[in-house]
Amino acid sequence: MEDPLVIAGETFESRLIMGTGGAPSMNVLEEALTASGTELTTVAMRRVDPGSRGSVLDVLGRCGIRVLPNTAGCFTAGEAVLTAKLARDALETNWVKLEVIADERTLLPDPIELLDAAEQLVDDGFVVLPYTNDDPVLAHRLEQAGCAAVMPLGSPIGSGLGIRNPHNIELIVERAQVPVVLDAGLGTASDAALAMELGCDAVLLATAVTRAQSPALMASAMRHAVTAGRMARLAGRIPKRRYAQASSPWQGLSSGG
Amino acid sequence: MDDVVIIGGGVIGLATAWRSLGRGLRVTVADPEPAAKASYVAAGMLTPVSELTYGEEALLHLGLASRDRYPAFVAELEEVSGRDTGFRDDGTLQVALDSDDLALLGELRRFQESLGIPAETLTGRECRRLEPMLAPSVRGGLLAPADGSVDPRRLTAALLAAVERLGGTLVRERVAEVLTEDGRAVGVRLDGGDVVRAHQVVLAAGPWSQDVKGVPDGALPPVRPVKGQVVRLRSTTPFLGRCVRGLVRGSSVYLVPRADGEIVVGATQEEMGFDTTVTAGGVWELLRDARELLPGVTELEFTEVRAGLRPGSPDNAPVLGASALPGLLLATGHFRGGVLLAPVTGEVMAELLATGSMPEVARPFSPGRFQE
Repeated sequence: MEDPLVIAGETFESRLIMGTGGAPSMNVLEEALTASGTELTTVAMRRVDPGSRGSVLDVLGRCGIRVLPNTAGCFTAGEAVLTAKLARDALETNWVKLEVIADERTLLPDPIELLDAAEQLVDDGFVVLPYTNDDPVLAHRLEQAGCAAVMPLGSPIGSGLGIRNPHNIELIVERAQVPVVLDAGLGTASDAALAMELGCDAVLLATAVTRAQSPALMASAMRHAVTAGRMARLAGRIPKRRYAQASSPWQGLSSGG
Repeated sequence: MDDVVIIGGGVIGLATAWRSLGRGLRVTVADPEPAAKASYVAAGMLTPVSELTYGEEALLHLGLASRDRYPAFVAELEEVSGRDTGFRDDGTLQVALDSDDLALLGELRRFQESLGIPAETLTGRECRRLEPMLAPSVRGGLLAPADGSVDPRRLTAALLAAVERLGGTLVRERVAEVLTEDGRAVGVRLDGGDVVRAHQVVLAAGPWSQDVKGVPDGALPPVRPVKGQVVRLRSTTPFLGRCVRGLVRGSSVYLVPRADGEIVVGATQEEMGFDTTVTAGGVWELLRDARELLPGVTELEFTEVRAGLRPGSPDNAPVLGASALPGLLLATGHFRGGVLLAPVTGEVMAELLATGSMPEVARPFSPGRFQE
């Protein structure tokens, strides 16, 4: 089935975007990324030196995975814009996953700084993929500002709490003209499937895989869950009913072959 | 002509040198600044149990084997060198600050028990009876009674003294290249041009091991530098009775006390190449987490902060044994465990150098595992 994900004119067969944070070793990370089938993986620019060998960037290069630099660890629009520009120079990509965090306890996005940074980066020619709250209004404002996708959270980063407000995710999906990527909070495969069933175009996750007991196995589970959720969405689920409805008719079977 | 020349005089190179001298081999160690890099910055935790990670069971067993060798290793070393190593075997207490951290600690305990390592679970009050300086908010802990610590600065000073006592040669010069003849390593050329010939060459240059010249690519160990910032504080009154590791809202910090009042706080883990800059953020994160665990740390004297480079391998485990170049042996990639793994590394490398056979305990860590 031809069903690529298209972001800013670029196509991806895989609808699973990975993060690298929390992997216990480079080998484990490489096995997990390979098992996930991802074609796009985000890397914290404040945590790597693009010039050094043996780093996460080497792993991605070896696996043929496109790097999506992110601005994790930034608390102001100013820091985020600067980090994105440093990433553009170092990695020669104008794509950025924009993160502007409000506080360390929740790691929730700061909506005001986020929108400010998104506007500046879009004006500067970046392809901006903002990590945002699950707020339909903010998501729409980010889209209006020219972001190439919107990436609402399911629940706080690393929490594994899944999608706490599926209704808001549906509202965001309903209105968005750009891809919606469910980013953050997923804990296990059913969470990823649910995101896709709600109509998200892709899923971004890291901790659920990197901190699992067997990261490669969980990565494979996520890959299948994203595919399954996407297919279920396209197939169209049945309406929910209060009472049973027999799957086979009661009458007329005896005359059949 | 020597039997062995060792490139690198950190804790691994020196332990290998000392154990090889004990086997009757003639040994030269080449290092412009012995014991001055990661071995000088390291805190010296001997905590294989509290550092347990999923998928790293083989490394756990190597760590346990090395920890169990420590008492005899330091006793013999202190005897030969006439120097104290600051070895302590008074246990490590791992504590959790909030209920999320406590759940992680519970997961670690179940994993330890599944591997047959008994763990002692403590309540917050029990933790604070052991360590009264702990914050009241500590929710609970795990005691690893056999995990301890050593002072790496004293340990390497003792190793240097022991190497000299046993007739080893220390050359304070950088190795410019490994010399090969007929596809075999036969010694090294130093920066100054002098040549040290030897039957076997050991590469123990930590994260710099991959930069050594004269070695074909496939024979070099896949190591990279992983930066760690470490703070040293000093207390004039008793502050901690044993090593304390803490999970503070998901981030990890440890404090290692020494008999002379020094308290080592570590460590960041950063992929920044060969950069050893000390940063405001690195120091802040360490002290922030340390203060959450032990509010009294703010009263202590701040004596030092330093960044070192751990040699990290792709699977976090050391690279031990024969390389693809005959005559060149590798002993590096110890990552966070160089001090812990020094006794077992010294022993197995000496055995390999003396007999040509690698002991069973180190076989899972051969360089060949990366050649697939």
